[in-house]
Amino acid sequence: MKHLATEEREGMSTIVGTVTHWVCGFIILYGAYIVLYGHLSPGGGFAGGVILACGFMLLMLAYGKRRLVAALPLSTASVLDCVGALGFWLLAVLGLLIGGGVFFKNFIPHGVRFRLCSAGIIPLANIAIAVKVCASLVLVLVALSVLRVKARGSDEDFVTDIDEV
Amino acid sequence: MMNLIVVLLMFVVIGAVIAIWTRDLLSAVIAMGVVGFARTVVFVLLRAPDVAITQVVVEVLLLIILIRSAVRREVHTVEGARSVPGAAMAAALVAVMLILGVIAIRELAPFGQPAMARVSDAPSRAYVDKGLAETGSANIVTAVLLDYRGYDTLGEATVLFTAVVGAVALLRRKSRKEPPATETAAEAGASAPENE
Repeated sequence: MKHLATEEREGMSTIVGTVTHWVCGFIILYGAYIVLYGHLSPGGGFAGGVILACGFMLLMLAYGKRRLVAALPLSTASVLDCVGALGFWLLAVLGLLIGGGVFFKNFIPHGVRFRLCSAGIIPLANIAIAVKVCASLVLVLVALSVLRVKARGSDEDFVTDIDEV
Repeated sequence: MMNLIVVLLMFVVIGAVIAIWTRDLLSAVIAMGVVGFARTVVFVLLRAPDVAITQVVVEVLLLIILIRSAVRREVHTVEGARSVPGAAMAAALVAVMLILGVIAIRELAPFGQPAMARVSDAPSRAYVDKGLAETGSANIVTAVLLDYRGYDTLGEATVLFTAVVGAVALLRRKSRKEPPATETAAEAGASAPENE
């Protein structure tokens, strides 16, 4: 029953909720900036993906796991995880097919230096990695913080299956 | 600046020792936070902003996950006496690693200087010289990660992918094909032969 009490009181206080409401969009925006400018300024796919995951984690801490699942359903996260990983691999294979037999060949023209759209496949690879890392970390976060191991014989209603989230 | 780095590294060592020594789980997690954030500042002072950004965001994520799992549990402290053989083995391992580390550090470039200052034909020299021309990426770290060393990044992404696939597959109690009541069906099957 103690578990049910904490379940109804999901999330944190109104102050945390309001601040999260203001800040969360900026965190996602900053993560997107880190990803998209990864080839120009410090940052990149991995760091930006972790920042995006931090934004989703803030949602979960402030409003509870239902808000997180509403923003990013776990089935979508699974799909995004695979899409990111396969996208990165596909870029490497496209280099093999189009770029003349070299795995990870940068087959797109480099373009003008220091522009946002430059450096060929590098921004695309950053985006793929960011999608993959963000989805992975959200899944890991849910797995570590929401799921509980049900003791044998206990009738407490813990979430023990990731499909039930 | 060197003195500041030394002070921060002392913080790292002290935080790590406290994290091992304390019996309170929350204190241990906070001490690990000291370790991580002191290292972040060291990376900034050594002019490695890419590493610093990654370090700080991963540290924040890890800390919050650890604090959540440390606070939510009923167990807040580590119980039981410390085992003497375990401590002796840990001390011996630390001593061996310290000796090996001192030997390894003699081969490295001076602290805070790039390795290519020591080796004349280091690949990193070519990365810095030709990186922008060859890859078009102004951020040389990204150029190395996603162009020169793309295989490593693919391997790292595969490691994370495999870990997540494994975790999600293990945590899925029901399989997709079978009906959800697998356990009750097995119990019914076990008791069925008596009826027949």
